Amino acid sequence: MQRTETYNDTVVRQFAVMTVVWGIVGMLVGVIIAAQLLFPALNFDIPWLSYGRLRPLHTNAVIFAFGGSALFASSYYVVQRTCHARLFAGPLASFTFWGWNLIIVAAAITLPLGITSGKEYAELEWPIDIAIAIVWVAYAVVFLGTLATRKVKHIYVANWFFASFIITVAVLHIVNSAEIPVSMWKSYSVYPGVVDAMVEWWYGHNAVGFFLTAGFLGIMYYFVPKQAGRPIYSYRLSVVHFWALISIYMWAGPHHLIYTSLPDWAQSLGMVFSLMLIAPSWGGMINGIMTLSGAWHKLRTDPILKFLIVSLSFYGMSTFEGPMMSIKTVNALSHYTDWTIGHVHSGALGWVAMVSIGMLYALIPRLWGRIEMYSTRLIDIHFWTTTIGIVLYVAAMWIAGVMQGLMWRATNADGTLTYTFVESLKVTYPFYAVRLAGGVLVFGGMFLMAYNVWKTVTAPNATTADQPVLQPAHG
Amino acid sequence: MSGFWNWWIVLLVTANVAFAVWLLLSTTSAKAGDQKAGPETTGHTWDGDLQEYNNPLPRWWLFLFYFTIAFAIGYLVLFPGFGAFRGTLGWSQVKQWQAQTDEANAIAAREFARFDGKTVEELAKDPAAIKIAKNLFAANCSMCHGSDARGAKGFPNLTSPNLTWGHEPEAILATIGGGRQGVMPAWGAVLGADGVEAVANYVYSLSGRQAPQASLLAAGKEKFDTVCAACHGPDGKGNPALGAPNLADEYWIYGGSLPVIKETVTNGRTNKMPAHLELLGEQKIKLLAGYVYSLSPKPALPAATTAPAPASGAGG
Repeated sequence: MQRTETYNDTVVRQFAVMTVVWGIVGMLVGVIIAAQLLFPALNFDIPWLSYGRLRPLHTNAVIFAFGGSALFASSYYVVQRTCHARLFAGPLASFTFWGWNLIIVAAAITLPLGITSGKEYAELEWPIDIAIAIVWVAYAVVFLGTLATRKVKHIYVANWFFASFIITVAVLHIVNSAEIPVSMWKSYSVYPGVVDAMVEWWYGHNAVGFFLTAGFLGIMYYFVPKQAGRPIYSYRLSVVHFWALISIYMWAGPHHLIYTSLPDWAQSLGMVFSLMLIAPSWGGMINGIMTLSGAWHKLRTDPILKFLIVSLSFYGMSTFEGPMMSIKTVNALSHYTDWTIGHVHSGALGWVAMVSIGMLYALIPRLWGRIEMYSTRLIDIHFWTTTIGIVLYVAAMWIAGVMQGLMWRATNADGTLTYTFVESLKVTYPFYAVRLAGGVLVFGGMFLMAYNVWKTVTAPNATTADQPVLQPAHG
Repeated sequence: MSGFWNWWIVLLVTANVAFAVWLLLSTTSAKAGDQKAGPETTGHTWDGDLQEYNNPLPRWWLFLFYFTIAFAIGYLVLFPGFGAFRGTLGWSQVKQWQAQTDEANAIAAREFARFDGKTVEELAKDPAAIKIAKNLFAANCSMCHGSDARGAKGFPNLTSPNLTWGHEPEAILATIGGGRQGVMPAWGAVLGADGVEAVANYVYSLSGRQAPQASLLAAGKEKFDTVCAACHGPDGKGNPALGAPNLADEYWIYGGSLPVIKETVTNGRTNKMPAHLELLGEQKIKLLAGYVYSLSPKPALPAATTAPAPASGAGG
C-alpha cells in the first residue's frame, strides 16, 4: 500500500488569514490619507503620519501585502489541486510566508520613517529589495517545482497565469531595482534620467499587467468555474488571450510618460500597444463571465459568485478605460488629474480586491474542512457595501479628474488661464468627501469579512486535518 | 536612434504584432489544434470537476482585436513609433508644443497690443490691464506670493509699504523679469551668542517695539552699526539697491519675533525669486509690474492706508 499523500494547506491557511489582516491594514491607511486630503490637519504635524509617507505605505500594503498574500494563498492552493500533487519543497513554502511578511513589516517601518528609493510602487530600499528577490525566487521554485511534479499531463489554465506572473515579476523587480547603495538605507538607481523613468514604468505597468492582472486571472480561472460548477467557456480563447496578453503588456509602460521627455517613438508604441491590449484583456473577462452561461440563476443566491462576476465587470471597464487614457489626446486631459486615481481604484478595488474577497470566501471554508462560510448573509452585505463604496469612489474621482483637466486648460479670450490651481482644488473638495465615504464603506466591509472568517475557522466543526491528494481523472 | 536600435525596435514590434495575428488566424481556422469546437469539453478534468469547453472565439471580439491591430499599424504609418521612421505626417510632440505656444503667443500679442507704449504707472491705473494682470498673477505668482499677494514666511508680501528690491517701475520690472537672489550672510560666528542676543534686541526695537531686554540695546546698536548698517543702513531702513529689507517697519519676511530674528542673524538667509522674462515675455512682465505697482502703497504715502496683513508673519 502506498502512503496517502496530502496537500500542504498550512501555508495556504497562513497566507489566507494574512490577506484579511493586510487588507484591513492597507485600506485603513488608504482611508487615513483620503481623510488627510480633505482635512490636512489630520497629519498632526507628525512626519511619520504625513501624506507623502503614508501614501506609499498604502499602495505597498494593498498591492503587495493584501494582493500578494491573496496570490500566494490562491496559487499555492490552486497549483496543488490542479496538479494533483503536494506543494514542492514544503519548508521553502514556509520560508516564503515568513519572508514575505517580514518584508511587509520592514516596509511598514521604513516607509513612514521616510526611507524610500523614490520609485513609485518600488519605494523599498535596497536591503528590502534583495530580500524580495530572494523570497520571490523561492516562490518560483515552490510553484514551478509543484508544476514539474504534477500527476496530470495538461497544465490547467490558471497555472499558466500564475507561472507567467511569478516569472515576470521576478524579472521586473530585479531589473527595476538595480541600484547603487550609498548607505544602509539609501541607494540610487543605476539608470540615468529618462531611461530610469522608462525602466520604472516598464516595471510599474507590468506590475499592473502581471501582478494585478495575470495573477488574479489565475484566481479567476480556478474559482469562477469551481463556484459556478460549470466548465470554462472556451479553451482556445484562454490560449489566445493568454499569449496576446503577456506579449503585448510588455510594451504598454510608456503610456505613463505621454508628453514627457520620453522620445516620441516610445510614447507612440506605448499608446498603440495599450490599445491592442483591449481584446486580450477582455478575453479573460469573456471567459469568466460566459462560464456562467447556463448557471445565471446562481447569481441570485450565491454572493461569492456576485463578487467574482462583478470583479470581472470592473476588470472589463478598467481595461477599456486604460487604453483610452493612453491615447495621447485623452492623456493630455487625464494625466496628473484624479481621473488616474479613479482608474487605478476601479482596477484595484473593483477587480483585484473583489476577486480576492470572492476567492477568500470560497477558499476559507475548504481550508477548515467546512462546506461554507459562517454566514452567507454577511457575505451578501459585504458585497453590497463594497460595490456601493467602489462606485462612489470611482465616480467621484472620474468627475473630479475630468473637471480638473478641463479647468487647467481653460483660457480666457485674452489667452490667460481662467483658473488657478488652487481653484481646481477647491471644487474638488466635495468629491474628496464622496471618495472618503466610498473608501470607508469598502474598509468597513473588511470587518464583516474578518468577523465571518473568525466565526468560520473557530466553529466547533472546523478542522485543519490534512486533506488527501485527489487521484487524477483519466485524460 | 542608431541603426541597430532602429532594427531592434522594428523587429520586435513586427514580431509581436505578427504573433498576435498568427494566434488569431490559427485558432479561428478549421484546423484549430486537436480540439473540437462547441459544447463538447476538451476532455481534460482537473481537481475532480474542472473542465473546459472549446467554444469558438466570439466574432465581435475577433473584430475588435483585428480593429485595434489595424489602428496600430495605421498609427505607426502616420506617426513616429516604428523604429527611426518618423511617420508620414511629420508630427512630433515638440512641433505640437511649438504650434500651440505660437498660437497662444499670437493671441497674447494681439490682446495685449493695446497696452504697448503705456508706462507701468499708467498700467497700474488701467482697469482692463489690471484685470488681465490679476489672471497672470494668479497663474504665475500666487503659488509663492499668495492669491492676495500677501506672501508667506520667506515669500515677500507685495502689499507691504516697503518692497525689498524697490518700488520704482524699473525695479519691479527688473525683479520680475530677471529674478533676484537675496543673501543675508550668517553672523553667528562673528557676533557670538551674546552679540546675536544684543543685535536681535536692537533690531527688535527698530520698529518702535519695546525690546525684551532693554539693557542690551546699547551693545546691540554698537554691533549693528559696525556689522549690519552696511547693508540695512544706519537707521535700519534697508537698501533696495542691495535687497536689504527695511527693519524699521512692521513687515518681516521671515517673522519679527525675537527667536526668529536671532535665527536670521545667526544663520543668515538665502532666497530666490526666479526670472520670468524668458517664460512670459515683455508684454506680460510689464502688465504684472503694473499690477504689483498698484498693490504696494508708496513709501511717501501714509503706510496706514493699507493695513499690514496679519499673514505677513509679523508675529514670527
